[in-house]
Amino acid sequence: MSEATSNTSVPGASPTIRSGGGLKGFMRATEIDTRMLGMIGALLVIWVGFHILSGGTFLTPRNLWNLSVQTASVGVMATGMVLVIVTRNIDLSVGSILGVTGMIMAVAQTQYLTPMLGYDSGLVWIATLIVGLLCGLVIGGLQGFIIAYLGVPAFIVTLGGLLVWRGGAWWVASGRTIPLTDDNFKLLGGGSDGSIGATWSWILAALAVVFIVFGAFAARRQRKRFAFAVKPMWAEAVTVGISVIAVIVATMIVNSYLLPGPLARRYADANGIAVPEGGLQISFGYAVPVLLFIGVGIVMTFIARRTRFGRYVFAIGGNPEAADLAGINTKRVTLMVFALMGMLAAVAAAISTARLSSATNAQGTLDELYTIAAAVIGGTSLAGGAGTIAGAMLGALVMQSLQSGMVLLGMDTPLQNIVVGAVLVVAVWLDTIYRRRAA
Amino acid sequence: MSTTMEEIRDHGPGHHHDSVDRTGAPLVAMEDISIAFGGIHAVDHASIDLYPGEVVALLGHNGAGKSTLIKILSGAYKRDSGEIYVRGEKASIGNPRDAKAYGIETIYQTLALADNVDAAANLFLGREIMTAWGTLDDGAMEAEARKVMGRLNPNFRRFKEPVKALSGGQRQSVAIARAILFNAKILIMDEPTAALGPQETAQVADLIKELKKEDIGIFLISHDIHDVFDLSDRVVVMKNGQVVGSAKTEDVTKDEVLGMIILGKCPAGATPGPGAMKE
Repeated sequence: MSEATSNTSVPGASPTIRSGGGLKGFMRATEIDTRMLGMIGALLVIWVGFHILSGGTFLTPRNLWNLSVQTASVGVMATGMVLVIVTRNIDLSVGSILGVTGMIMAVAQTQYLTPMLGYDSGLVWIATLIVGLLCGLVIGGLQGFIIAYLGVPAFIVTLGGLLVWRGGAWWVASGRTIPLTDDNFKLLGGGSDGSIGATWSWILAALAVVFIVFGAFAARRQRKRFAFAVKPMWAEAVTVGISVIAVIVATMIVNSYLLPGPLARRYADANGIAVPEGGLQISFGYAVPVLLFIGVGIVMTFIARRTRFGRYVFAIGGNPEAADLAGINTKRVTLMVFALMGMLAAVAAAISTARLSSATNAQGTLDELYTIAAAVIGGTSLAGGAGTIAGAMLGALVMQSLQSGMVLLGMDTPLQNIVVGAVLVVAVWLDTIYRRRAA
Repeated sequence: MSTTMEEIRDHGPGHHHDSVDRTGAPLVAMEDISIAFGGIHAVDHASIDLYPGEVVALLGHNGAGKSTLIKILSGAYKRDSGEIYVRGEKASIGNPRDAKAYGIETIYQTLALADNVDAAANLFLGREIMTAWGTLDDGAMEAEARKVMGRLNPNFRRFKEPVKALSGGQRQSVAIARAILFNAKILIMDEPTAALGPQETAQVADLIKELKKEDIGIFLISHDIHDVFDLSDRVVVMKNGQVVGSAKTEDVTKDEVLGMIILGKCPAGATPGPGAMKE
């Protein structure tokens, strides 16, 4: 019963968590989530498996870099889907919202913003993005209003939305494909231009390391302030160490993906770099959409764990009636969750539109299913009340790894769908077993 | 009422002398309250009041309307008609937040806890302590939670676990702690001991006595007279949405109150209400 912590009466002295020996003790002391560890394990199995099956083409800098870019769009939406599912709702319309906001952004950019602000204006990309985010916010907010205040089930409202916004995407440009005009906006999609290069990647990695170390110290100081039990120092070192190594390895991988010869030469010409002996070594570094994805993940984690809104989202998921009786405006929170989801769908739309350099009518088709699958594989309970942003981000990476791997193996699309569908069911089944054991 | 009868009852076992001062304005008075759900009069012109330091037991069968009446006071339901007065002044209570602003706190029969978050998050749900940057101050909330839980349930250690992992008694302590944490003036306890063992029931009884001393008024709602008879200063009985009658606990016996609950029959020591059986 009182295994983990013990309060102390001596002010200023924080006891150390008594962890006991063995693997169980190790997990308890480091506070590593077993579910998260299981997911990372599954991911590694998938990666190594595909690497072997594909004859050594999966775990290459080039493939992993592409994987990171391909994960960004669905991953961004999965962070919002966590909050939607935690409140015992569902959003089936995110793929269509992605489609319509992508189309609106493309039309706004080519027909209004570029002529208005000028072809070379550095403001076009941000203006386009703001238009898209506002549209996503309004669309999501409208659906949230119908769900929260008019009492129509989320399943029905967003199923309607799935059709309505897909139709809307067609209607905005009469089904045409709209190519983007602004080169700055295209950077949001990645590619050789939309990557930050080796130097900036290392600078960001250094910042991330500082952030991780500082975060660990801040958490420790906070617990000492109230004389709560703290992790043993070695456990702190292990968790910080693993995170730091992960950051460094990831940075090394993206930096070892080099621009192919002709592209590198063009880049060198454009930037006035002399071509050295033995050819150019210009790294891609982190892609802009990946940084956007990570940024969204950090912001969403902050919202979920450190704000009142996030606390209410989880409380509503745990017991809606109790949340109501505690004086929480549950309807407003529900509306805000859907509005946020709509906005994240617009962020995903910006990424995928920029990546394709154009908006198409079918963009985002079936993304709602991949988004929901990512959240659920990432440990979000469809019963509500449980889920993490980081889990959903990993879930998105698992889904994308499966897909990319199967493409690499040259599997047919129908077979890919069969595998993805089966994996989703098996993952949720395993999760159900895990929860039953934990309860 | 004869003086001899009163004297006898004063010395009866388990009965204390009524020491509640009822001269001022009542702490809370609900007057002529009605609410209907789909044509069924769940509460039908019911009136009830409560004085500082008083424990009023609200009794009746399941479906008698007692929980519904009290949910109107706690802001969970909106009444169709009637008025609520707090310390003699008309109060407007339209939702749970309004009720809490008047110092009305409720411990629901279901406990109304968010099972997936920890004790501190439940204690401060809707009233979180924030840092200077507008973020949740979980450390400060946990520290406060440790203080109040230390008073109610000194053995409680499971501050990091979601409350669904706790035992029935521990969950009850969390619900009680939440109600008294914010200086409640009026406390509503719906079937407070129904799910508890004998030792925990005794703890709740001790707590009620302690809160009485702090001049907090308490409504105890129960369908079982034995749970609440010895704790209460006054009993009010409801049947079919109406008040059968009310009486000082010292003026009636358990059997008489049972007669009120089952038959709606008002004994001599009680003040009959609109729901009393007509002679």
